[in-house]
Amino acid sequence: MSRTIKIEPVSRIEGHAKITLTLGDDGRVEDARFHLTQFRGFEKFCEGRPFPEMPALTARTCGICPVSHLVASSKACDHLLSVAIPVTAGKLRRLMNLAQLVQSHALSYFHLSSADLLLGMDSAPEQRNIFGILAENPQVARDGIRLRQIGQTIIEILGGKKIHPGWMVPGGVNAPLAEEQRQKILAMIPEGLEIAKRTLSSFKALVGRFSEEIEHLGNFPSMYLSLVSPEGGLEHYDGVFRIKNAEGAIVLDKVPLVDYARIIGEAVEPFSYMKFPYYLPAGYPNGIYRVGPLARLNNCDFCGTPLADAALEEFRALQPGKPVSSSFHFHYARLIEIVYGLERMGQLLIDPEITSTRVRARARGNNSEGIGVAEAPRGTLIHHYKTDADGLMTWANLIIATGHNNLAMNRAVKQSAQHFVDGNDLKEGALNRVEAVIRCYDPCLSCASHAFGQMPLEIELVDASGEVVDRVTR
Amino acid sequence: MARHPATPAAAPKVRVVTLKIDGHDIGAREDETILNAANDNGIRIPTLCYLEGLSEWGACRMCVVEVAGSPKLMTACSTRVAEGMEVTTNSDRLQRYRRTILELLFAERNHICSVCVSNGHCELQSLARACGMDHVRVPYRNAAYAVDSSHDLFRIDQNRCILCTRCVRVCDEIEGAHTWDVMGRGVDSQVITDLNQPWGQSTSCTGCSKCVQVCPTGALVKKGTAAGEMEKQGGFLPYLTEMRGNR
Repeated sequence: MSRTIKIEPVSRIEGHAKITLTLGDDGRVEDARFHLTQFRGFEKFCEGRPFPEMPALTARTCGICPVSHLVASSKACDHLLSVAIPVTAGKLRRLMNLAQLVQSHALSYFHLSSADLLLGMDSAPEQRNIFGILAENPQVARDGIRLRQIGQTIIEILGGKKIHPGWMVPGGVNAPLAEEQRQKILAMIPEGLEIAKRTLSSFKALVGRFSEEIEHLGNFPSMYLSLVSPEGGLEHYDGVFRIKNAEGAIVLDKVPLVDYARIIGEAVEPFSYMKFPYYLPAGYPNGIYRVGPLARLNNCDFCGTPLADAALEEFRALQPGKPVSSSFHFHYARLIEIVYGLERMGQLLIDPEITSTRVRARARGNNSEGIGVAEAPRGTLIHHYKTDADGLMTWANLIIATGHNNLAMNRAVKQSAQHFVDGNDLKEGALNRVEAVIRCYDPCLSCASHAFGQMPLEIELVDASGEVVDRVTR
Repeated sequence: MARHPATPAAAPKVRVVTLKIDGHDIGAREDETILNAANDNGIRIPTLCYLEGLSEWGACRMCVVEVAGSPKLMTACSTRVAEGMEVTTNSDRLQRYRRTILELLFAERNHICSVCVSNGHCELQSLARACGMDHVRVPYRNAAYAVDSSHDLFRIDQNRCILCTRCVRVCDEIEGAHTWDVMGRGVDSQVITDLNQPWGQSTSCTGCSKCVQVCPTGALVKKGTAAGEMEKQGGFLPYLTEMRGNR
């Protein structure tokens, strides 16, 4: 008789989710599913609204990564305006996007995942959180909070608010960077870099303890999708699509961003409100790919900043000649990207052009269709709009970073559950590893489903007759 | 009786009355409104549909005051002063009424400030803050209204309209075009251009933007503005009115 385990809600993630594990007669995990349980419908209520409202409106999908939506939406609106925005506006948008990358990655690593890594996957659940870290290793907690604060403060200096700044608009940004603001941000970079460097070092020292997790937490071959710069470098704001296969060979390169629909299809499944994007030529579900920090580092030829490039070299040595395939190493890639983000912001800020006052192109809606693509902290984010002749929205499609990883997360949950969970002897630590693999992807489910609410997770164990035999809830 | 055009008209005799507003003894011309008399004496009464330079309308009821001896509340913008009147402009009851009026306005149409182009520059929003409206206790209607973006320069978002009719009055009384009017009754009322034609097809609209500048919310806005970017410049109105005299 088979049974089912439900983990509901999944904890220490952003948004609502549950995991269902189906057990066979022998108590082993036969199948596993990651469900998104809430629905918001942003794409629908964008319809009828004037397109210049879209950056602010779509950013409301998320309070963690509103800047990603601002970037992708503003770019889609630039496309509707049919303008090339001033060079400085592009650099300023890039700056804010990187500030968000730093704060969001810091949140994921320190606040959500460090407890698993520093206190251990089997540590007491009551302590396995940022407060446990604070008690055990206050310096790490302080570092995490400070690093996140640095990213958030940079966003505030640029846009006037830490969350939902209204500064990024169709055609550019609505205020230039003053010299005083430039100096303020520059002054924060060295401290941020010091924290990022010591965190990366301490993570590298930890990695050895997690060889079993590295092997079984979502370690499988897949394709990788990300933006790269036209020269092949690490890219978060613009560039072109690149797809690599599991062997590391480039499948597609230099695909213009407006051609996303040529390579990405979207499937739906009855068990989740999150869509299942897939690589179109490979079909569904074979077209599984991963996005996010791991994919970006696997895909790029170089980072373009000294410390990050050195770190990338070490990262590549994990699986020489091949992409790094373990989802556990999303954490590693995230920490390298924090280093990169801070270094790159430093580069941008010493560019004399960054304080130019030409930061906005003005035009009316000249195209009826606009596509904006950028790299959010969790992966590639696509906004696609259609408007009528008066500039009112008639259709919107948002492909969210977390959505791209949906197939991969489901596979990763199944793999880790099959390895760690024994239905005959259910252990909290084993279930935590099933949740931990989800945390590797740092899913933002409020974005992915346009879900709404708090952030819990539940695991349920269901037998073959559909009866719930056990449940772990937080 | 024949007129004598050569004789200058005698200035109308207007009496001065004395009254009390919030306990202060005040003298005012008998043809003045309570609102004017209060303003002249530095007593501020919240207003929304009222705008200096336009005719009084009394639609929003934000300026309600208590007048001793009257069981019902009076609108300060459209009630004349009278000898011996005792007016209270601020009390728990008035605050409660004003907050309720604001809640009803917010519940009637879609006023989601955070994504509105007038966010931070909206009279409705400022009043809500000033009056301590931190909740809406009545259910939102969630009715969908059309957005007319057909004009070359401006847009009307009926979702944000509070039917103050400032646009109707400024277009009629100051610009003289009378492009705007009100259609329908009760909750179905809407401001319209010409005979409910798309604004972009209006033959009477001069494109002067006065309606946009006096609109207190994000209903009438300049096209191309993103959230929070629409700042109104309504200061021209008293000047225009004064320079035109009664013409």
